[in-house]
Amino acid sequence: MNSRSLQTTIVFLVIGGILALALGGFFGSASRQFSSVLVEFQTWASSRYRGIQDFVTAPRDIVSLRTRNVELESQVSQLQTQVIELQQRVNETEILAALVSFSRSNPESTYKAASVIGRDPSPFLHYIIINRGSNDDIRRGMPVVTNQGLVGRVDAVIADAARVQLITDPASAINIYLQNAETDAVLFGSVTGDVSLDMISQDASVEPGDLILTSGLGGGYPSDMIIGQVVTMRSLEFELFQQATVQPAVDFTRLEIVLVITNFRPVDITPLVP
Amino acid sequence: MRNIVAFPLLLLAVILQSSIVSQVKLLSGYADLPLLILSAWALQKPVKSVWHWTFVACAMLAFVSTMPWLVLVFGYAGMVFIAQALQKRVWQAPLLAMFSVTFFGTLFQHLISFIVLRLSGTPFVFTDVMGLITLPSLLLNMLLSIPVYAFMRDLARWVYPSEE
Repeated sequence: MNSRSLQTTIVFLVIGGILALALGGFFGSASRQFSSVLVEFQTWASSRYRGIQDFVTAPRDIVSLRTRNVELESQVSQLQTQVIELQQRVNETEILAALVSFSRSNPESTYKAASVIGRDPSPFLHYIIINRGSNDDIRRGMPVVTNQGLVGRVDAVIADAARVQLITDPASAINIYLQNAETDAVLFGSVTGDVSLDMISQDASVEPGDLILTSGLGGGYPSDMIIGQVVTMRSLEFELFQQATVQPAVDFTRLEIVLVITNFRPVDITPLVP
Repeated sequence: MRNIVAFPLLLLAVILQSSIVSQVKLLSGYADLPLLILSAWALQKPVKSVWHWTFVACAMLAFVSTMPWLVLVFGYAGMVFIAQALQKRVWQAPLLAMFSVTFFGTLFQHLISFIVLRLSGTPFVFTDVMGLITLPSLLLNMLLSIPVYAFMRDLARWVYPSEE
């Protein structure tokens, strides 16, 4: 080893020893300042490195994020569709449960459930179209109900569908019985979809809230089917009969599933009418 | 042969009319999609098959509706007649013609319906029908007439390509 290399070795050992002592905290405040400068420098260097790394890798992340976002949006829309379908099923199940409950509580009749699939194209007429027809033993004149009350009766039938005249149709007239007043009357439909009572005897004492049932007169409907309640009365002394407005039990704007009473055969009394 | 498109198109129109359009009510009135399609078709210059389309529409509607078939035939035929008469006179302003046909066609159709149903014993009151059915239906028909006209104009170009 020549003198120059020996000199270099000694310088390195001295500086290394000073550094070791400084990092080991043997120089007090000078050592702390030195280490803090080092830490700050390392922090600065590290932050710069992260910045550069972000800059280099960011485009790839945006692409992957966008892809992931599209996937998640697709999943959300699928889940929303499922939620809507399940809500519809829940609604249908609730309606069907109510109808089953109704049919169990009225075991004297046999029922066939049908979905409402359309309405008459003309605004002058109040008819619905159901998805059961002569293939399901549906016949003309059969009454149609929901768990809430009377809907109407079958007017025309084809193989897989039938048309039902609602009690709100302007041409509809039903013989009814006012339970509390113990009197008969006739229920008429109207252009607006409202129903009203006419032909109520002037002697009858009818009050708002009185229950309206089918009387069965005329043979068009079975008796004792709920139609609705009296809302207001109109009684004028110079008229032959009283009139009343009616709140139907059935919400005709939200008809989805109905029951057709299949064991009722209407009686045609036309030949007996003088 | 492209006129055969009348069958699926009018069938679709009748189904939509029965299932959807009849549920979108304004008071007690709603739009009449087959009427709008026929009136827009009748106003297209190259179209020569409008009476065939009218017959098909009437047959389909008579199958679904309780309305007497004579009402449908006279109502729609009258509307087509009005459309053809107007098409010769105001052909340079097709939208004006469409509005006019929709207006007079709806009034004509409802007037015939009212008269026939009234004569058959349905207790209609004229003012109720006008206020609750005819005028709201008229408004809805006018609103729908523009998109229907645009669609039928494109369809006419497809059915009669050589005459454009």
